Amino acid sequence: MWSDPVILEWILIGVKILVIFGLVLTIVPYTVLAERRICAWIQDRVGPNRVGFQGLLQPIADGLKLMLKEDMLPNHVHKVLFTLAPALVFMPSLMILAVIPWGSTIGPMKCVVSDMNAGMLFALALASFTVYGIALAGWSSNSKYAFLGGVRSVAQMISYEICLGLSLIPIFMQAGSLNLGTIVGYQTQHGWLILYHPLACFIFVTSLFAECNRTPFDLPEAEQELVSGYHTEYSSLKFGLFYLGEYANMLVASALVTTLFLGGWSLPFAPFNAPATRVWVGLIHVMVFVAKVCSVLFFFIWVRWTVPRFRYDQLMGLGWKVFFPLALVNILVVAVIMACKANL
Amino acid sequence: MIVKRPKLSFWDRIYVPQILMGLWTTLKHIPRKKFTRQYPEEKPPLPERYRGVPTLVRDPEQRVKCVACQLCEFVCPPRAIRVIPGVRAETPSEAKVEKEPEDFIIDMGRCIYCGLCEEACPEEAIFLKKHYAMAGYSREHMVLHKDKLLEMGGIRADRIGKWKNK
Repeated sequence: MWSDPVILEWILIGVKILVIFGLVLTIVPYTVLAERRICAWIQDRVGPNRVGFQGLLQPIADGLKLMLKEDMLPNHVHKVLFTLAPALVFMPSLMILAVIPWGSTIGPMKCVVSDMNAGMLFALALASFTVYGIALAGWSSNSKYAFLGGVRSVAQMISYEICLGLSLIPIFMQAGSLNLGTIVGYQTQHGWLILYHPLACFIFVTSLFAECNRTPFDLPEAEQELVSGYHTEYSSLKFGLFYLGEYANMLVASALVTTLFLGGWSLPFAPFNAPATRVWVGLIHVMVFVAKVCSVLFFFIWVRWTVPRFRYDQLMGLGWKVFFPLALVNILVVAVIMACKANL
Repeated sequence: MIVKRPKLSFWDRIYVPQILMGLWTTLKHIPRKKFTRQYPEEKPPLPERYRGVPTLVRDPEQRVKCVACQLCEFVCPPRAIRVIPGVRAETPSEAKVEKEPEDFIIDMGRCIYCGLCEEACPEEAIFLKKHYAMAGYSREHMVLHKDKLLEMGGIRADRIGKWKNK
C-alpha cells in the first residue's frame, strides 16, 4: 500500500504542509520578539530580555498571557462576523505560502506544496483577501474607531493592490511565467531580478508595506488617532490572531520579495545555483531561503522604526499619483527594451 | 505669526534619499551603548544625603544609641513613630544610661521620609539610610520594629563621641 504513488504523493504533501505550518508558527512569534528587540535597540534600549536566555521564551509568555485573558464579546457587535474576522486575516497568508517554493528539491521531493502555474496570480488574489477580515472586523465591531480603521484599510489596500500587481508585470515579462518555481529557476540562470528591475522592486516592497499595514502606512491602526483601529474591540485570543495574522502577512510578503527579486532559495555560485541533486544541498537551499526571508523581515522592522507615518492624503497621493504611473512607465520601458533586444 | 513652508528641492521631494539617511541613522543606533538600567540587579547610584528609610544605629561598641527620649515621636509630622520606653540593663559599658526603647515602631505606610526625626534626635541615634524599596502585602508588613530597624541601621562610627564619657 505504501508503494502506491498516489498515496505517497498525498503523504508527501501532508509532510510539506506540516513543515510550512511549523516554519510559520515558529518564525511568526519570533518576528514579534525580533520586532520588540530591534525597536528597543534602535531607541537605545534593551528590550524584553527576562524570559529565558536573552528573552528567547518571551513569545511563549506572550501567548500564554493572551490565552489567559478574558475573551470579551461586547454586546454591541455583530457576533458571527466579529468572531469570523480574525480567522479571515490569518488564513490567506497561510494559503499563499502553499505556492511559494521554500527550497529546490530534497531527494525526490519538490519543496513547494503546490507547484501551480498561476502561482503568483493565486498569491495576489489571496493577498487582497486579507482586507475582508479587516473590513469585517471594523464593521462588525460597531464602534467608530474600529469602523474608521476598517474604512481606511479598505481604501488603502485597494489603492496599493493596483501598484502591487502592476509592478510585477515586468518580472513576468522577463521570466515568462507566473509560476514562482519557474521565476526562481530563471533567476538561478540569469541573476537576481532586483538587478534588472530595481524600480519594480521598490514599488513592490513599498506597496507591500501598505498591504501589511506596516509603518509608514499603518493608518488602519494609527494608535494616536484611532486607539488601535480595526481591532480596538478585540481581546484575548481573537486579538492574538489579528496580531499573528499581521506578522504572518509580513512573513508572506518577505517570502514573496525573496522569491521574486532575491533569487529565492538560490545562491549565485555553484553548487547552490541549480536545483539540488544531493540532499545536503537541498537542505542548505531551504536554509538560504529562510535566511533571506529573515533579512527581509529585518528590513521591514527596520523601516518601521525609522519612517514616521504618512498623512492620509499623502498616502493616497503616493499610491495613485506616483506609484501607479511609475509602474505603468516601468512596464512600457521594459517592454520597449525587450522588443528591441528581440528584434535587433 | 505665519510660518512659511520651506520650498523643497526635487531631491527632498522624491523622499527616498532622506529615508535612506534615516535608515542609516537608526542602523547606527543598534550597536550603541544602551541607556537601560537593569533595575533589581543594577541599583541607581544614590546621592550622599539621600533620605531613605529611617533606621536606628549602634555605636562602634555595639550599644543601642537611642535613649527613648521620644523627641522623634513628637516631631514626626505623620505620626509614624511610636517609642515604647524601657529600662536599660546595667552592664558596665551602658551603666550611666537609664533608658532604652523596649520597642521602636515606625509605620512605613505613614512615613513621609522628611528626616525631621534625624534632625530632632539629640543622641544621633536615628538616621535616614539609603534603603528605599519598601513594599509589603499588608499594612502590618509595612510596620518596622526595633530589631529590624537596628539591623538596617547597623553600626555608625561616632563622629562626636557623645557617649565616650557617659
